[in-house]
Amino acid sequence: MVNYVWLSLILLGIFTAACKGQIDVVTQAALEGAELAVKTAFGLIAIMAFWLGIMKIAEQAGLVRALAYLVRPVVRFLFPSVPRDHPAIGAIVMNLSANILGLGNAATPMGLIAMRELQKLNPHPDRASDAMCTFLALNTACLTLIPSTIIGIRAIYGSAEPTAVVGPTILATACGMTAAVLVDRFLRSVYRARGT
Amino acid sequence: MLEIVTAVSKWAIPVFLALVLVAGVLRGVRVFEAFVEGAEQGFGMAVKLIPFLVAMIVAISVFRASGAMDIFVGAVALLLSCLSVPPEILPHALMRPLSGSAALGIASELIEEHGPDSFIGLLVSTAQGSSDTTFYVLTLYFGAVGIRKYRYAVASGLTADFTTLLASILIVSAIFK
Repeated sequence: MVNYVWLSLILLGIFTAACKGQIDVVTQAALEGAELAVKTAFGLIAIMAFWLGIMKIAEQAGLVRALAYLVRPVVRFLFPSVPRDHPAIGAIVMNLSANILGLGNAATPMGLIAMRELQKLNPHPDRASDAMCTFLALNTACLTLIPSTIIGIRAIYGSAEPTAVVGPTILATACGMTAAVLVDRFLRSVYRARGT
Repeated sequence: MLEIVTAVSKWAIPVFLALVLVAGVLRGVRVFEAFVEGAEQGFGMAVKLIPFLVAMIVAISVFRASGAMDIFVGAVALLLSCLSVPPEILPHALMRPLSGSAALGIASELIEEHGPDSFIGLLVSTAQGSSDTTFYVLTLYFGAVGIRKYRYAVASGLTADFTTLLASILIVSAIFK
C-alpha cells in the first residue's frame, strides 16, 4: 500500500505542476524535501545516542525486563507474538509512557529501540511483523495528557482558557486508540488468512 | 490537575535517569562503559533512516508544492461535507498525517483567523493535539529496522486518524456548542 501512496503523491504532483505550467516547482520541492529529511535524521543522532546509552544501562541492570514483567497482562492481549519478558516489551512501555507524558524527545528513541527488539523476533526481515503493526497503530494514535504545543499557540493568540482543549483531546485520542486496536486486530486476521 | 501533569512531565526524565543509574550501580553494571557502548549505535541508527525519510518527505513536498494537495483537499471537501465536517478544518485534517509542521502551520492560521475560543479554533486545537503525523512515524520506525513492506500499518494508522477527527468534531460540538 505504501508503494501506491508514494507513487501517487509524486506522479500527481508532477502532473499538477505540469498542468499549471509551473514544472520547475517539482525539482525545487524535491531537493528541499531531501534536505529536510537529512536534517531530520541528523537531528536524531544526538537524542538517539543519549537514549541508547541510557537504555543500555537500564537493560544491563535488568530494568527493561522488570518493566516488561510488570505489564504482562496487557502485553499478552496486545502482543501475543512477543515472549513474555522480552526486552521489546520494556521499550514499548517506555515509548508509550513517554508519548503519554508528551516527552517527544524521549519517545522517538524508545520507539526505535522497541522496533529494533521487535525486528529480532521477526521471521521476515523486510516485512512488518504483527507486533510491529500493533505497536505502530498504538503509537500513531497515542494518548497525550498535555498537548503542550497547541496550548502554547492558543495562549499566544489570546485564548481565555488555553487548556480548555485538554479534556476533548484526551477523549478524542481515546476513541482513535480504540479504533486503532480494533482495526489492527481485524486486519491482522485478514492478512494472516491470506498469508501475507 | 494540570499542574500535577506538568510537574510529572518535568520530573519524569531526571527521575528516570537517576533511577536507571542507581539501579545500574546496585546491579554491578559498569555504567560509563555501558552508556558508551549503547550510545555508539546512535549515529548508525540515525544514518540508516536517511533513505526512508528522503523518499517520504520528497514525495510529500512535491505533492504540496505542485498544488496537487489543494486540489485533493477540494475534492475530499465535497465528500466530507456530507459527514458534517466543517470545511475550514479540512486542509488541516488532510495534512495532519503527512506533515507535522505544515499541519501545525495551518492550525495556527485557523486559530489566528477564527480566534482560539471559537468553534473552529477549539476544533482544530483538539484535532492537532489528539493525532500524530502517521506517515512520519511509519517511515521513521519502519526505516530504522529496514522494513519495506508495511502490510496493513498504513490502513490502521489512517483509520485511527479518521476516527480521531470524527471524535474531535462530535466531542467539541457536544461540549462547546
